[in-house]
Amino acid sequence: MGKIVGLTGDETAAEAMRQINPDVLAAYPITPQTEIVQNFSQFVANGVVSTEMIRVESEHSAMSACIGAAASGARAMTATSANGLALMWEICYIAASYRLPIVMPLVNRALSGPINIHCDHSDSMGARDSGWIQLYSENCQEIYDNLIQAIRIAEDKEVLLPVMVTLDGFIISHAMERVEILEDEKVTEFIGEYKNPYSLLDVDNPVTWGPLDLYDYYFEHKRQQIEAIEKAGEVIQRVGKEFKEISGRSYELMENYRLEGADLVIVAAGSTAGTVKAVVNQLREEGVKAGLLKIRAFRPFPVREVSQALKNAKAVAILDRSVSFGAEGGPIFLEIRSALFEEAKRVPVVNYIYGLGGRDIGIDEIKAVYKNLERIAQTKKIEKLVGYLGLRE
Amino acid sequence: MPSLKELSKKKELLSGGQRLCAGCGASIIVRQILMAAEDPLVISCATGCLEVATTIYPFSAWRIPFIHCAFENSASTLSGAEAAYRSLKRQGKIDRTIKFIAFGGDGGTYDIGLQALSGVLERGHNLLYVCYDNGAYMNTGIQRSSATPQGAATTTSPVGKAIPEGKQRPRKDLTQIVVAHDSPYVAQANPAYYNDLIKKVQKALNTEGPTFINILSPCPRGWRYESSQSIQIAKLATLTGFWPLYEVENGKYRITYRPKKRRPFREWLESQGRFKHLLSEKNKGIVERLEREVEEKENKLLALAGETPSSA
Repeated sequence: MGKIVGLTGDETAAEAMRQINPDVLAAYPITPQTEIVQNFSQFVANGVVSTEMIRVESEHSAMSACIGAAASGARAMTATSANGLALMWEICYIAASYRLPIVMPLVNRALSGPINIHCDHSDSMGARDSGWIQLYSENCQEIYDNLIQAIRIAEDKEVLLPVMVTLDGFIISHAMERVEILEDEKVTEFIGEYKNPYSLLDVDNPVTWGPLDLYDYYFEHKRQQIEAIEKAGEVIQRVGKEFKEISGRSYELMENYRLEGADLVIVAAGSTAGTVKAVVNQLREEGVKAGLLKIRAFRPFPVREVSQALKNAKAVAILDRSVSFGAEGGPIFLEIRSALFEEAKRVPVVNYIYGLGGRDIGIDEIKAVYKNLERIAQTKKIEKLVGYLGLRE
Repeated sequence: MPSLKELSKKKELLSGGQRLCAGCGASIIVRQILMAAEDPLVISCATGCLEVATTIYPFSAWRIPFIHCAFENSASTLSGAEAAYRSLKRQGKIDRTIKFIAFGGDGGTYDIGLQALSGVLERGHNLLYVCYDNGAYMNTGIQRSSATPQGAATTTSPVGKAIPEGKQRPRKDLTQIVVAHDSPYVAQANPAYYNDLIKKVQKALNTEGPTFINILSPCPRGWRYESSQSIQIAKLATLTGFWPLYEVENGKYRITYRPKKRRPFREWLESQGRFKHLLSEKNKGIVERLEREVEEKENKLLALAGETPSSA
């Protein structure tokens, strides 16, 4: 039997990492990720993991060391937030293109400036084209479950890509929740062993990692990378099913929450999905056909599944906790609006930017969004395509 | 130590056919190092001439495991490989003895990679970092770095009416920066003195902890000389006092080669086109200052090694 404990998001991530027991962990402290590194350091100090921990002098070196370790056949992990992710940006792209299955919890925080330590998704959304798989977590339980599944997804032979598992800074990272923890042995068995067939340490079969790749091959290599992340969609679903067998909790690319017969649908990622669920339950009791589509995998983006889930809705609002400056709407909105383009019936979609720099979002704001969706469904008219929630104007 | 003749019978671990320039110091240095190593090696390399010219996909000149990640992280990338080795060895998943060498040019080491190098030194990884110092960003077309000697003309420190001397600032003394990290073995070497270089590499590889060798790497394109002259010019660097050969073992300085009489510093300047402008009458003062500085540096080093000052 596993156990039920009270843990914060950061503690949960650290606990999952203890059970994963990576061969190498290279990390640098940054708020609000700090507790993950602190807790893991304690595991190392207590001798409960066999991890070689590298306390690097920057996130750039953290990701570089992860690349060196993973290319050497070691299971390598790190963790970061916002500016830390930005500092390792260059190396994130290299990790993905070298097809190294590095797993990293990313505690979402606003990417400066001005400096702000609280939650939004500008860090992970900015890295959406780096080639990493992105799994968003609604709560502590999902952080735990996503991290363990991420190892299997990343290391799948048909994928071999790095995975970032996001959790909302402070809102989840520092909030204590009930979490079901599996037995250590179950996790060990589920994740299996990492084997890199082209290890740097296989000195009898030397390989060259990271050669100069010019116009005669680079494009084909990028195509292979595209295929790998496309393939990841199926693998995420397969691993989700297998994870259910050991945990009882099932995972898909996204979560359809009371979407059957839903006319008014909100799309959200991260902790806000939990708040939306509470509103959906209230509205359903009032007879309003409200529903939620929760994004779990943002990369790869489940285009068909999303359009299938939304095509019968009468109005859809997409909540984005980040901005794509100069674009008409946030990153999730742009993906979904594009995904719905192929549908024969036009579904009205609007976008709300919210929660930047940790600005809170509550029940009332979400209710107002459903109210607006109701109006759109009735009038078939969109007054404002991109709006803001909880903003002084 | 086996003789060079014996060592030269070893299989070359960096193959021919790579695309470094004729007379390039980097490949000469790498071959001497690979010859010197007794255990299997894992190599990392910063972006730069050595990397781009030896690993053009689908070819690789490296007959040993090699990784290139980016420009500024040869040290940190290899620290991950070395940590993986320690972790897997401790877990009984690997039993071989493997040594680790990171390469970087002066741009990738003195400048953009300095932080990653400092981190590796402080954390105490068991690896050797080799800087092949050709004194500029040669791969991108001879731009000045913090290793460029004062007075050298580069494409970003050109000679002009307003600035007749080329690079205006003295070079950074990276070897001393590494010494300040209390690394157990730090040295300066020169491919013209191959026995000295090989000995230093073997010493470094047999030392536990992070070790560092700064190796002068002559560059015909950037220094402006005939490519057949590389080794002669490298030799001149040491004979004129520009590139002293020494080692610092657990804090103890030792001059590993001291010319009987130092050759005039001017000969070093005269040997290369990048210093040509310094030889004009109007730059006389600068040359005199550079000569004084070389002598001062030499005497400082001699004092650290407990040797008598130069009388030249």
